[in-house]
Amino acid sequence: MDELIIAGRSFRSRLMVGTGKFASNEQMANTIAASGAEIVTVALRRVNVNDQQDDLLNHIDRNRYLLLPNTSGARDAEEAIRLARLARAAGCDPWIKLEVTPDPYYLLPDPIETLKATEILVKEGFTVLPYINADPVLAKHLQEAGAATVMPLGAPIGTNKGLKTRDNVAIIIEQATVPVVVDAGLGAPSHAAEAMELGADAVMVNTAMSVAGNPQLMAEAFGIAVEAGRKAYLAGLGKEQQQAVASSPLTGFLRDK
Amino acid sequence: MQIIVNNQAVNVANNSTIIDLINQLELDAQRIAIEHNRVILAPDQFDSLTLCADDNIEIVNFVGGG
Repeated sequence: MDELIIAGRSFRSRLMVGTGKFASNEQMANTIAASGAEIVTVALRRVNVNDQQDDLLNHIDRNRYLLLPNTSGARDAEEAIRLARLARAAGCDPWIKLEVTPDPYYLLPDPIETLKATEILVKEGFTVLPYINADPVLAKHLQEAGAATVMPLGAPIGTNKGLKTRDNVAIIIEQATVPVVVDAGLGAPSHAAEAMELGADAVMVNTAMSVAGNPQLMAEAFGIAVEAGRKAYLAGLGKEQQQAVASSPLTGFLRDK
Repeated sequence: MQIIVNNQAVNVANNSTIIDLINQLELDAQRIAIEHNRVILAPDQFDSLTLCADDNIEIVNFVGGG
């Protein structure tokens, strides 16, 4: 069976799904169910002490999904480490999607602070899944620091632009000894399929589903695309070439004398 | 007495514990994490830790995110 294995834990689905920006918790729950995902990300924020909201966790079956808290909002390693520790204290498995994004405009990850935080969190026993720019050298450093995966971006978070970093992601895939999860920017199922055909071990999607006209149907589409891309990768894609190569026999034409 | 919770002033009874505060705010102790003066608390400290005036408490929980 073709399973995704991260830090010794195996998953049937190669699609990770975020829980942000849905119109309601019900819609979020229906969407993650339709996606087939087994890993769902969540963020950590201050409780509003004056106005209790419907708790997200009321809608996520933790026997079915691995809850993967992120460190979104962290601007440096120190803030990210604080969030990771809080997530663990809130009862999560010590898995953390490490995001360090000092620039709120493009939300690009800070490579130096991400590496620093990874080194510390790995020592503290966390399974660290760092969100990175598609930088093959950084990916190697993170791997050496003990990261459980690397999560290169396809394009900036929430942009729906697709796999703009394709060539560098291909190098990361070629060199990685940990799973490569393409995260951020994938706006259409075809983008997810492209990443999987390239050999990514998994992809992570949130915005493309939450902003879709029908999030549940879009989640289903992404699930199919990820499976299709994975199967195509395993099957082995044909080589591209310049000149046409006939698919039908070049003999036995009616015009032959 | 007054303490600060998530950057807001909150009044609690003298000698309140963390769990008293959680109950006062109607939160679920299983689904939050708490910092007491920048130190993260283990859940088994919720019962035992007594608050003092001007303590700074941060309470976080999980929300949707990517």
